Amino acid sequence: MAEIPSTLPSTLYDKLWASHVVREYDDGQSLLYIDRHLVHEVSSPQAFEGLRAAGRVVRRPAAQLAVADHAVPTHDRDKPIADPLARKQVALLAANTAEFSLRNIALTDADQGIVHVIGPELGFTQPGITLVCGDSHTSTHGAFGALAFGIGSSECEMVLATQTLRQRRAKNLNVRIDGDLGPGVSAKDLILAVVANLGTAGATGFAIEYSGSTVRRLSMEARLTLCNMSIEAGARTGLVAPDEITFAYLKDRPLAPKGEMWTAALAYWRSLVSDEGAAFDKVVQIDADAFAPQATWGTSPDQSASVTDATPDPSDATSDAARRRIERALDYMGLKPKTPLRDVAIDRVFIGSCTNGRIEDLRSAAAVLKGRKIASSVGGIVVPGSGAVKRQAEAEGLDAVFKDAGLEWRDAGCSLCVAMNDDRLAPGQRCASTSNRNFEGRQGQGARTHLMSPASAAASAIAGRIADVRDYI
Amino acid sequence: MDRFERLIGRAAPMPAADIDTDIIFPARFLLITEKTGLGRYAFYDWRYGADGKPAPDFVLNQPAYRDAKILICGDNFGCGSSREHAPWALRDLGVSCLISTSFGEIFRANCFKNAMLPIVLPPETVAELLRRATQGVELEVDLTTCTLSGADMTPIPFDVDPSRREALLEGWDEIAIALRKDADAIAEFEQRQRLTQPWLYERD
Repeated sequence: MAEIPSTLPSTLYDKLWASHVVREYDDGQSLLYIDRHLVHEVSSPQAFEGLRAAGRVVRRPAAQLAVADHAVPTHDRDKPIADPLARKQVALLAANTAEFSLRNIALTDADQGIVHVIGPELGFTQPGITLVCGDSHTSTHGAFGALAFGIGSSECEMVLATQTLRQRRAKNLNVRIDGDLGPGVSAKDLILAVVANLGTAGATGFAIEYSGSTVRRLSMEARLTLCNMSIEAGARTGLVAPDEITFAYLKDRPLAPKGEMWTAALAYWRSLVSDEGAAFDKVVQIDADAFAPQATWGTSPDQSASVTDATPDPSDATSDAARRRIERALDYMGLKPKTPLRDVAIDRVFIGSCTNGRIEDLRSAAAVLKGRKIASSVGGIVVPGSGAVKRQAEAEGLDAVFKDAGLEWRDAGCSLCVAMNDDRLAPGQRCASTSNRNFEGRQGQGARTHLMSPASAAASAIAGRIADVRDYI
Repeated sequence: MDRFERLIGRAAPMPAADIDTDIIFPARFLLITEKTGLGRYAFYDWRYGADGKPAPDFVLNQPAYRDAKILICGDNFGCGSSREHAPWALRDLGVSCLISTSFGEIFRANCFKNAMLPIVLPPETVAELLRRATQGVELEVDLTTCTLSGADMTPIPFDVDPSRREALLEGWDEIAIALRKDADAIAEFEQRQRLTQPWLYERD
């Protein structure tokens, strides 16, 4: 709430937390008020079924927004969904939201898109709020200075019924990034390096606040990319304090406050910063000047390296467990130790996802691809994060750049980031991907994923192998 | 929710670090809209070969561990996607206690909502339990006393948030409790917030 008692300097996270505590329990857990809830077709059916079975209602329908994104096809959208299970799942979201009076953005609606892309686009995501979704990449919305985190279906049900969750306060981790990003280096490269620095569980139990001169200069969309992958280091929440860049992005969005409400909101939002001298439990300093474009070589998002480097040698590992982990990853990826990343040939390219499916991402990929062709050995798809991103890209002629280069131009959805629809790799296929997870099987059974930025994926498509985008700009 | 009080059963070793929820429950099965009967898909791509036959190397396919009720896991078990299908599938498989040095936070929270107990212990203790699990021992997990015990071993105490412990022991319906005990506090919070941040209530 606006009146935060501030005798001691507080972190942004602590302010957001304190302003949403409904009550505290004896064991240190709190009942936290949830302002906004994004609902999608995969994590919600069991939640709605639970409400129905108990005869419960949704407490605040206007605080929820639903959209199907995971299971939806990215082509032939004028026809019924071909996969009967996906068709049923998407229809169930429409039926459940109708029954419980929630707004559902239909597949045919111009605003349809990935939950984490449309939330910001519509102004549903705002500074100072708590926002949850049955999806781990909900950390994305923290880019607005919102306390946003992913939850399971049971917690979705709790939010629908009570607008609250029982939670324990996280510790504070400050990732401070200073310096200038070099040419061809983006927020995706930054977050891959941050995750590699922290490790997959390095931020478990923490809320990350990203700060520093580099972060201040990042666009809103780049900040979304940064916060999006916080979960890959174990943090459910990633935050950037809101500033003029945030407010300029948000102004006049359909669901953003207007007129006097905007003025009042803005006054409150300006208080959402970590106070001078606020204590963090842990601080990590990153030098952005030192950065080359990054790419993953393994099966966990922390297994990345500069694109100019090679895969690691397991025998250099500092422990047996670390050695086994590297061996397992290289084995799955079909790579030998000490292989230069730029020698790794790819079969497919995926540009899209809640990490990198926004207009700036598509522009940066198109800038590399303009007037060029992808290698004949490579195929790939470009999947805009939302209908709005798609229309904007088409207005700028980016679709033509992608198609002329030899890539397919699709409709909005999660697509090959989660491979629940028919956008799926064949076993053994290797993909340069702008998504967020290179887990075993993530892009299809036996598929091999190399995470990188949109510009790097575009350069790799042209080269037919993992490429240093700096050679193409 | 069902209760969780005490459990005696075989512990299976799963020492690999970072076993994510995509491994526990591959995404292509997420089109299922129910939460029961999901055990058949648990660890699917590790459990079955390309020919669809059980992979003999996979620990839960081995006769000694087929009925395991406890998993001794590597670091950061259940990281990644928030899909609650992962704990639903494990529970359907008969596994309701997991022990590791750390868990993915969302996975861990999801376990508590499904009468499952994730226990965090120090690395050397987990390493010792992994050794024991490799020998095919049974363990007893007692949530009433918060101890883990077995033949020839000093009982190991473990910590659980008191309210989460009570929720498991009593089989709480957390939503019913919030609606019954916290309804006034929630309504008061909303009244207060409606005054200080009215822009959040423009569409109610």
